[in-house]
Order: sequence, then structure tokens, then C-alpha cells
Amino acid sequence: MTPYDALIAPFVEFEFMRRAVVGVFALALGAGPLGTFLMLRRMSLTGDAMAHAILPGAAIGFLLAGLNLYAMSLGGMVAGLLVAVGAGVVARATELKEDASLAAFYLISLALGVLIVSLRGSNVDLLHVLFGTVLGIDDATLLLIAGITTATLFTLAVIWRPLVMDCVDPTFLASVSRSGGVSHIAFLALVVLNLVGGFHALGTLLAVGLMMLPAATARFFVRDLSALVALSTLIAFLSGLVGLLVSYHLGTPSGPSIILVAGAAYGCAVVFGPAGGVLSRLLPGRHLEA
Amino acid sequence: MTAQISFRDLTLGYERHPAVHHLSGEVAEGALLAICGPNGAGKSTLLKGICGALRPQGGSVDLHGVSPRDIAYLPQGAEIDRSFPISVYDLVSMGLWRRAGLFGGIGRRERVRIEEAIAAVGLDGFESRPIGSLSGGQMQRTLFARLLLQDARVILLDEPFTALDAKTTADLVDLVGRWHGERRTVLAVLHDFDLVRAAFPDTLLLARQPVAWGPTAEALKAENLLKARHMGEAWQADAATCPVAA
Repeated sequence: MTPYDALIAPFVEFEFMRRAVVGVFALALGAGPLGTFLMLRRMSLTGDAMAHAILPGAAIGFLLAGLNLYAMSLGGMVAGLLVAVGAGVVARATELKEDASLAAFYLISLALGVLIVSLRGSNVDLLHVLFGTVLGIDDATLLLIAGITTATLFTLAVIWRPLVMDCVDPTFLASVSRSGGVSHIAFLALVVLNLVGGFHALGTLLAVGLMMLPAATARFFVRDLSALVALSTLIAFLSGLVGLLVSYHLGTPSGPSIILVAGAAYGCAVVFGPAGGVLSRLLPGRHLEA
Repeated sequence: MTAQISFRDLTLGYERHPAVHHLSGEVAEGALLAICGPNGAGKSTLLKGICGALRPQGGSVDLHGVSPRDIAYLPQGAEIDRSFPISVYDLVSMGLWRRAGLFGGIGRRERVRIEEAIAAVGLDGFESRPIGSLSGGQMQRTLFARLLLQDARVILLDEPFTALDAKTTADLVDLVGRWHGERRTVLAVLHDFDLVRAAFPDTLLLARQPVAWGPTAEALKAENLLKARHMGEAWQADAATCPVAA
């Protein structure tokens, strides 16, 4: 097999591969910065909780309208935003910490979703939502993902300063401005939006992977915030690209393939990463003069 | 003498238990006031009440036209995430928030001010250092540079010199003196009586209720200190409702 056959031909020959790569590129643009902030705010598992929170909403949308892109997206967004905003408000207004209030809200959402689905007596195949179909992305889905990415980048530009300040020194931000709470909730809403965009391609659970694995990988290479965001975006896109090719050539499901490629990159970074990886700790080099 | 901060029968506390109980009085504009007292006397609570982080359970704080958000407040052992990848320069520049906000540009004039603030606390050459690599003293210098940039009329410092060496303390006390010279109102919670006597003209000795408030030499007399020690730490789980009418 020539390099052309291996790397280029699948995209030239098949439209669904071209759509998939564009979709993954758009998802990576949002997942890079969001994943970086989730990691830096020690909210890596929040994405996972959000993914669970979205699930029932999407399932309800499916129940009401069948396999309809907009109904499922809307359901997922509503459920996710309710959980994100509810948990955020409870965490800021009461003594309960963010993780505990988030756990409470997403568990309620999940239980409620399962209850509604069972009451309707329909056998919804939740697996469809769990594992998306990146190779089945149509124009409407592509537009939805691109729209979400555009909104994400604009919103991030607006809330960037308060978001960074809220991460580093929340007490200081609260003493000079009220924007900490607003930017935090806007950030959680962006996470929900991007998970909804991601679940059509990768499924809810794997969509979190495209956020967290590249961010965790990038942390082993760079320490600067802007560099972290840029590198995790690049890693997310490359994981998508390589994952699609692997799935094409080996006939494996695309979503898990993409996440496993990102996982392999993470594994290498853990061992070889110059910024705090295993090898750099075991073989630190001689100490400096000052 | 114009007042900058007035307390009117102020009670502050947590879960209905008062930490500052029925405090009345005025801090003059341009005052340099030390707040002393035993642990649990309500010193930090008072600062939180002034900057609006804690709502009064009774009485009020009047800032005479200064917005609580225009107060520069340095909390005790500030909750800063030292592992966050941000440089000294960027952390200091946060002090410009009230002027720059979401989008305001950081232009040449602002950059000069940031560099001046960093130089004023003796951290030249540290601009691009990540905050995670700073020592405790360097971190406190960084936070003072941010306070400088805030350019506030009222400055609240909560144990700003705790765990600092003599040189760092002296440098930062000089900065406080500079603010005093610029007629800014500075309130600092302190435990080092020698430092208070040397650098702070006025002192409020607090033990939930004010024990003494006035010129430092007067307020820190031995009998007052003894009284304060006996009055501190009186949190009772089964305390009755305060009989003093609100």
C-alpha cells in the first residue's frame, strides 16, 4: 500500500470520510480550549458527568420525534444546561461544593430520563447515543457542529479574562467583579453544547474523550496556557484524523478508534513527556548552578 | 477629618453566630489602621464585611461613596491556584481589571504601569516566571504589585506579612507607608505588635467587640491586651438570641 492509498485515497474516494474529517476538525477546535480549562480547573470528571446528564434529554428527544437531529440535540442541550446551570448556581449560592452539587443534579437527570423512557414503554436503543456515527454525518449535522464551534470560539473570546482569573484567584475576581459566576456558567454551557455537537459524531461518552485526552496529553509537553490550548486542539484534530484512517483500514468503529488514538498519544506523553512525564522524573539530569 | 468608613452598630458572623458584635465607629480618610486581637476575634470577618464579601447580620458599613468593588482587598493566605500556568506579569496585570474589563486593551501606558508595579515590589526580571515557581515571599510581593495597580482609595490587608522574612516585610511595609503618604485609607490585620507600634499610627483592638480603638500606644496597653485575651473565642453552639435590639 502506497502512502497515497493509506493516507489520501480514503478521503478522495469517499465523501463520508471528507465529511467526517471536517466534523472532527470543527469538534477539535472547541474541544481543545474547553478540555484545557476543564483540566486546569480540576473538572476533568465534570465532562463525564455532563455526558450522563445529556443522555436522558437526547433519549426523550428520540422518543418524541424519532431519530431526529434537532429533537435529540435540543433535548440533550436542555437536559445538560439544566444540570450545568443548576449545579453551578447551587455551588455558588450555598455551602455545597461544585462536585457534590453536580453529582446530585446529573444523577437526578439520569434517573428521570430512564424513568420517562420506561414509562413510555419504548425500547430506546441508548447505545446509539452512547456511540455516535462519525461516518454517517450529513449536511445538517455538519452545520450544527460548525455552528456550535463558532459560538464556542466567540464566547470563549468574550469570557477569556474572567475565566482565567476565576481559575487562578476566584476570591480576587469576586472582589472586583461579578463576572466570575457568569463566565463559569457560560463555560459549563459551552461544555454541554460541545458534548451535544460531539455525540452525533462520537457518542456522548466518547465526546468527553476528545476534550480530556488531548488536554491531558498537552500538559506533558507545554506549561503555557496559550500553548496548552493550541497543542490540545492540534492533538484532538490529529487523533480524529488518524482514528478515522485506522477505522477505515481496519474496519473498526470510528468513535472508539478516534478516542483510542488519543489514548495512545496520552500513553506516550505520560512516559516520554518532557514536562513532568515518567522518564523526565526518573532521569531528571544534573542540577543547575542557580 | 472626613470619614472614609463608618460602622453603625455592625454585627457580622456565620450561621447567626456573631464574629464581630455591635461595632460602631469611623475610620478617617487617609488613616493607617492596624486591626489586632486574638485568633477568632473577628478581624478577618470585619475586612470581609467592609469589602462586601459578607453581608451584615445587623447594622451597616458606610463606605462614603466608594464602591465595594473599588476596594483593594488582600485576603489571608489568598486562595490562589499556584499550579495554574500563568506568569507573574499576567497575575499582576489582573490589577487593571476595573479599568480594562473584558476587552479593554493593555496598551503601552498600561504595560509601563505593570512594569513599574513589578519593579516597585523588587521583582524585576521575574515577569515571565510562572507563579508556581515563586517562593512564599515572592508570591506576596507579586500580590502587592497587583494591589499597586488597583490604585484603590481603600486597601484592606489580612495578615499580609505572615511567614515573611524581615527583608520582605520591611519592603512591603515601606509600600504601605507610601500608600499612607498618598492619603489612601489602609486597614491591616496584624499580629506583630512591635511592627504595629513602629509603623501604624492607629489601632483597633478587637475581640468580637471593640476593646480599644485609637492611637496605637494607647490601644495596645497591657491592660487592653489582657482584656482582649479573655474576650476572644466565645463561639457557643447553644448561644441564645442577642438581647440587644437590632
